[in-house]
Amino acid sequence: MSIWSYANPVKFLALSARVQPALWGAAALCVSVGLIWGFFGTPDDARQGSTVKIIYLHVPAALMAINAWFMMLVASLIWLIRRHHVSALAAKAAAPVGAIMTLIALFTGAVWGQPMWGTWWAWDPRLTSFLILFLFYLGYIALWEAVEDPDTAADLTSVLCLVGSVFAVLSRYAVNFWSQGLHQGTSVPVATGGRTVADVFFYPLVVSMLGFGLLFIALVFYRTGTEISLRRAAALRARADRGL
Amino acid sequence: MRALLLRDLRLALRAGGGFGLALAFFLIVVVLVPFSVGPQTALLSVIAPGILWLGALLACLLSLDRLLALDFEDGTLDLMVTAPLPLEAALSVKALAHWLTTGLPLVLVAPVLGLMLNFAPGGYVWLVASLALGTPALSVIGTFGAALTVGIKRGGLLLSLLVLPLYVPTLIFGAEAARRGAAGLDATTPLLLLAGITLATIACMPFASATVLRMGLR
Repeated sequence: MSIWSYANPVKFLALSARVQPALWGAAALCVSVGLIWGFFGTPDDARQGSTVKIIYLHVPAALMAINAWFMMLVASLIWLIRRHHVSALAAKAAAPVGAIMTLIALFTGAVWGQPMWGTWWAWDPRLTSFLILFLFYLGYIALWEAVEDPDTAADLTSVLCLVGSVFAVLSRYAVNFWSQGLHQGTSVPVATGGRTVADVFFYPLVVSMLGFGLLFIALVFYRTGTEISLRRAAALRARADRGL
Repeated sequence: MRALLLRDLRLALRAGGGFGLALAFFLIVVVLVPFSVGPQTALLSVIAPGILWLGALLACLLSLDRLLALDFEDGTLDLMVTAPLPLEAALSVKALAHWLTTGLPLVLVAPVLGLMLNFAPGGYVWLVASLALGTPALSVIGTFGAALTVGIKRGGLLLSLLVLPLYVPTLIFGAEAARRGAAGLDATTPLLLLAGITLATIACMPFASATVLRMGLR
């Protein structure tokens, strides 16, 4: 049985109903363990004091903000190539979640930046590109809302997602050119492996990142199910209106 | 293709075509800036490159919703989709006509307005070069936005929301080139990057625009 069989809404909903309890449970467990461990079980940083603990919200939210857009990109491609409605609806369902994750990352960053950098906001490349990402999310959601025919809306938003991805990456590197960075680089470089964050902070962070990932997947499953139900309700109503 | 270009130019130049509107808008933005920040010449000369670029970008944006909406209303667009001329080519020509009627005049008046903003004397070449290289990208990207929102009623605000994030790289490199030029620095790098963006968008965006236009009109 291939993954494409889940393009059938009935099969997708059955799978979704089967895995959702476990997903929600694991997400709740990881997020609460990660956050409680991070907030209460780690010492204050030598220089940042207790503000360091905001990392357990900030980094996972930022991670999911980017990955949510990436997931929408893949789902849009699947819709454009294979025209599975579930895929288009999953992209639609993921967009508000990604937008909120972007907002959480921006907000927690501002709350951390005020005591640490002495400013709520700086026109730093990372901060600015996240703001631009947020604008892309807004435009994507607004386009879904504006187009009446659902298939046309799925088509247009998919192409917008593809073109937007190119321009988002372009903007990411263009802002590097435009302004000097204030934001620190990553302390967990995956490619080179030279981790500069101490274990005591790192392990709760990993748990929290895992939890945010699971939370995102659970939310997307749940919201996609809602979108499928809405689509069915609209179809039933249209059929009733035709008097069948 | 030439017929389409001439038709679009003629429509824009005649009464009600809105040819002068973008220019007048550009002028009023530049006039309003000293009112809002104060008439200090030193301050104005620092922000002049950014103001001129932002004004040009907004003037371009303002004229975008006329780009395809009028043709959509009177049915010309349906003919264009079914015409033997590829839709990609037709949209490139429309973007070219848009640039000739809004972008090019903006480039030509920018030095005059720069004078009013106390723009640094040595930077005019860079200002004109950056605008001349950057505004075609604005027109081509704008055509994509216009094609996305063509079937939507009152899509003007949505068009701005969709197009403005796409304008970010062009604005960054364009304004940076003008700023470096005004400050007497070497502006070759941002100018080359700007040229790269313009060429890439001219080459690729008409395909995206034609795709979404076909989807929207189906």
